[in-house]
Amino acid sequence: MNRDLRFTALKKTPFHSRTSLASRTNKYYNWNGFTVPTEYSTTELEYTAARNGTSVMDLTPMCKYMINGSDANRFVDYLVTRDLSQMEDNTVAYIIWCNEDGKVMDDGTIFKFSNTKFMLCCAVKIYNWLHDSAEGFDVSCEDATDTTAALAIQGPTSCSTLKNYGADDLELLKPFAMKQYNINGYDVLISRTGFTGDLGYELWTNPANAENMWDSIMEAGKELKIRPFGMYALEMTRIEAGFIQTNTDFMAAEDSLRPVRMRSPYEIGMGWLVHLNKESYFVGKRALKKEKETGNSERCLVGLDIDGDKPAVGSVIYNEKKEDIGIVTAAMWSPTMKRNVALASLKRPYGIKIKENIFAEIYHPEELEYKKIWAKCKVVKRQFFSPERRNKVPADLYE
Amino acid sequence: MAKNTHDVIVIGAGHNGLTAASYMAKAGLDVVVLEKNEWIGGAAVSRELYPGWKYSNCSYVCSLLRPEIMRDLELYKYGLQIIPYEGSATMMRNGDYYAHYHDHDMTINSIRRHSHKDAEAYERYSRDVLRQCKIIKPLLKMTPPDLTSFKPKDLFGALEFAKHFAAKDELGGLGEKEIYDTIRFYTMSIRDYLDEYFESDITKAHLAGSAIIGTALGPCSPGSAYVLLHHYMGEVDGSVGAWGYSRGGMGSITKAMTGCLNAHGGEVKPDNEVVNVITKNGRAIGVATKKGDEYYAKKIVSNLDVKRTFLKITEESSLPGEFVERVKNFKIRGSSGKLNIALDGLPEFPCIPEGDPGGGGDMHFTETIEEMEGAYDDWKRGEWSRNPYVDMCIPSKSDPTMAAPGKHYMSVFIQYVPFNLANGGWNEERKQEFGRHIVDCIAEFSPNFKDLINHYEVRTPLELDNEVGLTEGNIFQGELTMDQLMFNRPVPGYAQYRTPLKNMYMCSSSTHPGGGVMGAPGANAAREVLIDMNIPQTGNYY
Repeated sequence: MNRDLRFTALKKTPFHSRTSLASRTNKYYNWNGFTVPTEYSTTELEYTAARNGTSVMDLTPMCKYMINGSDANRFVDYLVTRDLSQMEDNTVAYIIWCNEDGKVMDDGTIFKFSNTKFMLCCAVKIYNWLHDSAEGFDVSCEDATDTTAALAIQGPTSCSTLKNYGADDLELLKPFAMKQYNINGYDVLISRTGFTGDLGYELWTNPANAENMWDSIMEAGKELKIRPFGMYALEMTRIEAGFIQTNTDFMAAEDSLRPVRMRSPYEIGMGWLVHLNKESYFVGKRALKKEKETGNSERCLVGLDIDGDKPAVGSVIYNEKKEDIGIVTAAMWSPTMKRNVALASLKRPYGIKIKENIFAEIYHPEELEYKKIWAKCKVVKRQFFSPERRNKVPADLYE
Repeated sequence: MAKNTHDVIVIGAGHNGLTAASYMAKAGLDVVVLEKNEWIGGAAVSRELYPGWKYSNCSYVCSLLRPEIMRDLELYKYGLQIIPYEGSATMMRNGDYYAHYHDHDMTINSIRRHSHKDAEAYERYSRDVLRQCKIIKPLLKMTPPDLTSFKPKDLFGALEFAKHFAAKDELGGLGEKEIYDTIRFYTMSIRDYLDEYFESDITKAHLAGSAIIGTALGPCSPGSAYVLLHHYMGEVDGSVGAWGYSRGGMGSITKAMTGCLNAHGGEVKPDNEVVNVITKNGRAIGVATKKGDEYYAKKIVSNLDVKRTFLKITEESSLPGEFVERVKNFKIRGSSGKLNIALDGLPEFPCIPEGDPGGGGDMHFTETIEEMEGAYDDWKRGEWSRNPYVDMCIPSKSDPTMAAPGKHYMSVFIQYVPFNLANGGWNEERKQEFGRHIVDCIAEFSPNFKDLINHYEVRTPLELDNEVGLTEGNIFQGELTMDQLMFNRPVPGYAQYRTPLKNMYMCSSSTHPGGGVMGAPGANAAREVLIDMNIPQTGNYY
């Protein structure tokens, strides 16, 4: 049968031939218009690979934009709230950006090659936003989502795996640094970044290299407990790491149907990324300055340590008078920490001044009945899990 | 001459008349519906004009029918089943096409083939339009408050209306910016609105279609953006803006309503045209039919448009002069025509890949807004559009009841077609010429189309007026512009379904919230009648 390729429901990533072969469950989902696995075999085992060996995840659907031009440095500094003026070449920075009302649009990472060349990675499409914002700057913004294949290689043995693959001296790469390699005849950019809160790397390459890269890495990690890793497992690791996810823990400002759902950086625990003393103007500065001065932030996003072992998925949070004070945005039982943890959006002063005597109402399904649990919670640091190996230089090697 | 007495007489068995009648019958009233045609359904009708093929003769797709009404009247029990569309497409002269799908991400991928920026802008556009839909939805089932009245009911009503714009949280939680957006949206042209989001002609042309269907406005006319909203505010099972086919054609809707009415003791009497409303001391007390029968009732509810109701079947002398003047000025201009075609097989449209769900719903071939405006220019001169905007679909692709297996029924809605055709008006010859012209236009995109035609029915605004009873053939029973919406519909001071005649009510699409197979005017009117009769109401609609 001949198919007219103009009509394609969801795109395949350049790794599809490999990920679909690795999948034993045929469970896929739609990530940014691409078909990618949610789970290859068992989520728990995939999760364990990220804390025990090496996990491999297809990151290609992530939005990627190349920003080039003589004003590129000035432009990214204008776009995001963080002060990037001192950022060094070949490093990566975690960033958020806001609209003019000071409401967060998304978070992401910015890769600096030089003052005139950057790459921006994020969850929500911002091609138009970049173009509109770039007015008056000598920059060009290209969408590189389809033209860049990306893999996340994460876990304690990930450095050794990648060294076997051909990334010499990788153990010396510092967190949030990146290095250009040529492996098996292809350019591969390796950054020490990731979404698991563990030792880990992200690899960026030409789609033509995708299958070769996947095969070589799988071979390289064969004795290092390597395993492909799906979206469900990633969700577990990112909660443990306390990383936030756009449109899960907060609504992207430009996606919010209800304006009251928009959040400022201060309301999602990202105040540390807002540099109001940055000399130049940045998008949202005026509004953020006002919010900081008046202190009228309404919400906060905190970590919760919850009694019992039943995950508080979707729970409403109450104070001792049983007044509704917020909602759980992500929750899990952590297999590594053996803790019942959650991220929650609370109405201030809860979570900031009042950290005790708050409760989660958990509906735990038990064979066609719900067990209603009233669980005590403690507000804790959102970064639940951060092992020493995560930031160690040189990185741990298994030889 | 027979003399009949009932609690309520409803004039006209269209979907709003039947909705109102069913609600009142459910509340325990003795209701009779008088219909001029031999068949039931008004503009929501399925008729077999060529053996083996069922046509949705007038309205052809369903989205706006309020789910609360379907639920209250238990329309599923009487056979109503809505089949959702899979997608829609605009064919292009260069052999390419533009498609929209049921799935949001598929749509984004499709738009991206034409413009990267538009693909992303579509997310912003859908969010903004959905926001407007959310604001307007609760207003649909409200009786518009009279803004000049100081009655507690009107003051609270006005407050209720305002609440939807200003209230926090679920009702929108709108800030200043969003309220400005709403006001702009209601008054802008669709071209200006789309220009704020999109760059490619084909994206804009595809989306603009909803803003001109049924209206005598062009895409550059102020107010056309609202018409788009009017077409978007429907839903199929919570999927806002989605459209679907009514299984068995649109007649299944009115058939199901008739089923509900009968089950509650009401009756529809076809072939009983009402020619006169009988009044006594400023009250409506009954109606007289063409056959010479008289019917008397406590309440009379007219499902005819406001012009027919007050200029044709009511004595002018029984009405205030200013009211009559306002009714005469009510804008109700016909602008659409239709072809219903019995096909011997499935026509090929080479622009659309085989198996593409984009071809499963509405198909078009207007590539730019300028073309659309050009079509409107022809209408202004009293001519049918030489290069028309068409909304064509083949319901038999999804619905097995419209034609035998392998055979197909095609519905072609045509914009623009004038009521008053220049140079002598409509006659049989010119009607057929119009039909042939549309067939030629479609054949440009489908090589085997003409060979498959067994029979077709041509409908001009003149037929819609004469046969269905829509004045000038306007499908909304009155233009959907701000001067004729909400508390201005049909005329200021009479937006609460009541009329200058005591005991006489309106339930047609000439009243709030307006046209489309929505049922809301009928349900709202029934509520007002029941309030006046002190009868308690139940159901999801109140």
